[in-house]
Amino acid sequence: MALWRPDPSFYASPRDAAGAPPETLAYVAAFDRSATRPDAIAVLDTDPESGSFGQVVGWTDLPYTGDELHHFGWNACSSALCPTAPHPHVERRYLIVPGLRSSRVYVLDTKDDPRAPAVTKVLQPEELATRAGYSRPHTVHCGPDGIYLSALGGAAGDGPGGIAVLDHTTFDVRGAWEADRGPQYLAYDFWWHLTQDVLVTSEWGTPSMIEDGIVPELLLGRQYGHALHFWDLRRRRHVQRVDLGDQYQMPLELRPAHDPTRQYGFVGVVVSVADLSASVWVWHRSGDEWAVTKVIDIPAEPADPALLPPALQPFGAVPPLVTDIDLSVDDRWLYVSCWGTGELKRYDVSDPFHPVEAGSVHLGGIVRRTPHPSFPDERLAGGPQMVEVSRDGRRVYVTNSLYGAWDDQFYPDGVGAWQALLHSSGDGLTLDDRYFPHGDDFRGLRVHQTRLQGGDASSDSYCFP
Amino acid sequence: MTLSLLALAALGAFHGINPAMGWLFAVARGLQERSRRALLLSLPPIAAGHLASVGVVAALVTATRSVVATRWVAIGGGALLVGFGLWRALSRRHFRWAGMRLSLPELAGWSFLMSSAHGAGLMLLPVLATAPVPAAGHDGHAVAHVGGDALAGLVAAGLHTLAMFVVAGVVAVVVYQVAGLRILRTAWFNLDRLWAGVLITAGLLTIATA
Repeated sequence: MALWRPDPSFYASPRDAAGAPPETLAYVAAFDRSATRPDAIAVLDTDPESGSFGQVVGWTDLPYTGDELHHFGWNACSSALCPTAPHPHVERRYLIVPGLRSSRVYVLDTKDDPRAPAVTKVLQPEELATRAGYSRPHTVHCGPDGIYLSALGGAAGDGPGGIAVLDHTTFDVRGAWEADRGPQYLAYDFWWHLTQDVLVTSEWGTPSMIEDGIVPELLLGRQYGHALHFWDLRRRRHVQRVDLGDQYQMPLELRPAHDPTRQYGFVGVVVSVADLSASVWVWHRSGDEWAVTKVIDIPAEPADPALLPPALQPFGAVPPLVTDIDLSVDDRWLYVSCWGTGELKRYDVSDPFHPVEAGSVHLGGIVRRTPHPSFPDERLAGGPQMVEVSRDGRRVYVTNSLYGAWDDQFYPDGVGAWQALLHSSGDGLTLDDRYFPHGDDFRGLRVHQTRLQGGDASSDSYCFP
Repeated sequence: MTLSLLALAALGAFHGINPAMGWLFAVARGLQERSRRALLLSLPPIAAGHLASVGVVAALVTATRSVVATRWVAIGGGALLVGFGLWRALSRRHFRWAGMRLSLPELAGWSFLMSSAHGAGLMLLPVLATAPVPAAGHDGHAVAHVGGDALAGLVAAGLHTLAMFVVAGVVAVVVYQVAGLRILRTAWFNLDRLWAGVLITAGLLTIATA
């Protein structure tokens, strides 16, 4: 039922959103690597005044097994205020939760019991395949005219991956988004400059390139994605492909500036096959064209091969593996996950072309295994991976699993499961001693993306500066 | 006729105050360009699109009234209104337009489609269908009056649009200069539901007084 007043979690501008009240709950995608038990959404208490702060206070088990929950998102957000087709009386209440391995998509209603969202709809893989021609759904964004869902795979074969559009009230698959995909074949993330009618996509690989783990021949043969694509959001047409250079394998997460008057954004690159470094690039206008510029380079760290997993032993080094980045709503801080070395770095990106490192926290890591300060005897596996920043920019949540098959390659003795909370201020970045759900708290499931109640730094788009 | 004109102007003000009908788009364009001029330049195309949408209905109704018994136009129009109002109330679909970077003619096109999809012209039907016939429609001469009556309909649409334009302009400038967009969070009632209610009520009244 439509509301009489706009949903209170919608904000016209990023400036207003930065003044939003703190979240009291966090939702975390948790999956069973063995695919014998159902995946689940775990609900965490994030209210520091609450007696159960930092604990898992609710679960929603899904009705099937083998989904591999990965990324998910809200049905509606601040883009509902966009003036071309405003409908701010819809509610931010449903989580759209894709299974990356199964191609199922769940719709979860958080309204009646926010601590135990109810499964209200299941889209079977056939619906995504027959109506949109896609499989392996990945990223969800609440668009102004529907729900956009990227997918890594095609319906029948390996590719091309692309974007499907779901109806934002019935959640039915309306079809493929692309009217003309040009040379685009590999898919991963997407986001947009809404007020400029620009959509950006990045590249990972097709299902066969990723589902059984990273394929060394493909990586060294520079076959994973290494380009960004720019699209006309209105006409749904490919406009330009920008190649980063084929040594820069896997440009994944896209974080456009939240300020709708600006046309730049950041993309993290997992690894350079030249030296195992990771990098962050900024895309921007250059005349009438789009261009990308490398602005952060993070070198690999030499290590004793005996301490490395087989895949890395020939190199004698730990790659940082930048697998996620997140940009605060005020566009000032960029958080960069180094999943391999076990580090979360913070950069001041007030000048996006000249980031200044301004904080770093170690947790886990392939060799380091840095423990959390509240459990100093427990060596951690995995590293900061998915990062989520609160709307006010003060709290940063990280989880430690990347992707089932890849976890197993880089952390063969087990990746474990943990989530940590960091406090971010002008003074720096510090871990919260009281907030560290881990191990059995997650019932043996691995934890991936976090979404915050009411929205977060990677969920909403704004049409007003 | 004065009462009808007042009603047409009031409906214009109602359309003008609705953020979805265009002033919010004008404010967005102003903010994006950081220019009040961009805001003000957006208003005439928005009003023109609205006029075109309303004008089509007004011209059709007044022209039809010249050749068909008024009562049947009123009853038919009233039933159409109730049906459209129910559809607006029950349908959960939203008007869709994916682009933000529009030229001024495209902006007028957007406004035309937006107004038409929301039945803005239909809302004038009770006033147009029940107002006294502007000229004496002698048998055999009716067809000769069609052109003149359609013109009268366009004048009605013009008056309505002028009211819409003035109200939308004032609201847009006040929000842009003074109030800020935070006001949307508290002041933006669900006009879609009110809108549907107005359509249904207007339709029932038209039928009842036919």
